[in-house]
Amino acid sequence: MDSHDLDLDHDSVYDGLLGGDASQWAFGTDFEDPLAGVDTTIPAGVDGAVLAAYCLMLGDDALVYAHRLSEWTSNAPDLEDDIALANISLDLLGQARLLLARAAAADPSVVPVLPDGSPVPPEDALAFFRDESAFRNVRYVEAPNGDFGVTIARLLLFSTHRLALLQRLAASVDPVLAAIAAKGVKEVTYHRDYAGRWFVTLARGTEESRRRLVAGLATVWPMYAELTRCSDVEARAAEQAFGVDPATVGDEVDAVVEHVLATAGIERPDVPASGTGPLGRTGRHSEAMGRLLAEMQVVARAHPLGKW
Amino acid sequence: MAATVTDPEMPMLTLVDLGVLRDVDESGDRVTVTITPTYSGCPAMATMRDDLVHALQDAGYDEVDVKVSLSPAWSSDWITEHGRDRLRAHGLSAPGPAPTGPIPLTLAPVRRAIDCPRCGSADVRLTSEFGPTACKAMYQCSTCLEPFEHVKEI
Repeated sequence: MDSHDLDLDHDSVYDGLLGGDASQWAFGTDFEDPLAGVDTTIPAGVDGAVLAAYCLMLGDDALVYAHRLSEWTSNAPDLEDDIALANISLDLLGQARLLLARAAAADPSVVPVLPDGSPVPPEDALAFFRDESAFRNVRYVEAPNGDFGVTIARLLLFSTHRLALLQRLAASVDPVLAAIAAKGVKEVTYHRDYAGRWFVTLARGTEESRRRLVAGLATVWPMYAELTRCSDVEARAAEQAFGVDPATVGDEVDAVVEHVLATAGIERPDVPASGTGPLGRTGRHSEAMGRLLAEMQVVARAHPLGKW
Repeated sequence: MAATVTDPEMPMLTLVDLGVLRDVDESGDRVTVTITPTYSGCPAMATMRDDLVHALQDAGYDEVDVKVSLSPAWSSDWITEHGRDRLRAHGLSAPGPAPTGPIPLTLAPVRRAIDCPRCGSADVRLTSEFGPTACKAMYQCSTCLEPFEHVKEI
């Protein structure tokens, strides 16, 4: 038997991607299932279809926001923030991968059907081969990045909300979702601290940085309300004790945001919430979503068999 | 054999040093290895999996299964004492105790009681909470002026 020199194995950055079949490198790391070896049995009292729909919501929030944040790569104000935003994006992408895989395991019918012989694993099929109306992320995460002030304001509200959700989901009756959430808590804690610190820094910085932050907060504030509206799926997920009604974390999020605003010396924006009822959660997205998906999906869709 | 495989990003550490290798179950020429991801999006996981498969095949196992365990989530507390010594010997700063209990919002820069791994000075400053890999923060020593990486507490 040939023996492997692990140092030589690492000589090419593509080796880890190639896996078994070098002709199909576009899809994956050959680590086919991020939930390999995890018991994905659906717990008693949980409806697999609702569990899948709920995991798509949490997973799509992470996936779409990860894509948006990745647009900062090579464009951030300085190298440290370039790397920070890319790392936050990577953490969210990892959460998305696990959540989409959980959705596919709970209800395989949510996964788009691909041509025979396609090597695309379920979580990639969900990410790259669903149409806009099948995505369940909130509109809040699909909106364009804007400047750094908008980005920091958006990240503060998003990560505060997601951290509160994940903390509760760590007690989900679905052990897989509970484990994904518990892991995510550690990551999102760093995201919230990053956003909170920059929020205070920009607020207390120059007139220009403060002006941009205030404008950024006014931009994202009306959209934030959507995160706290409970869709039918989330209500059923909460009833079945594997999910959380997002409205119930509102006060907790508000207390954290109030603390940041007070520290920063910034007034709570006096602007009404935009839209009513669940928007993105029912597949009704904004204009920005189509463009985002076009960029994210174009290569995968052109090559559904992963070879060219 | 599985214990000799190293982390592709921090090759001074074995998967045991890092606390990623959770279980090895051997039966005849079949072996099942359980690992846990450090961060959800850590791209090193695929390489670790491939390296484990290669190392164990080289050791004569015909069938090698690598399973992922998500719970409990990895903690930097699982880096062994030997692993911490290895980090320091290679110019990296080892993590302090991972936080437990309620999660406070930290608006001031994080203060960690750490020393420069090169000159030992405690006069160091955080340059970024995010570094070249998901698990590291960036520091600079104010005494010897060298930048260094600190493995974060999670």
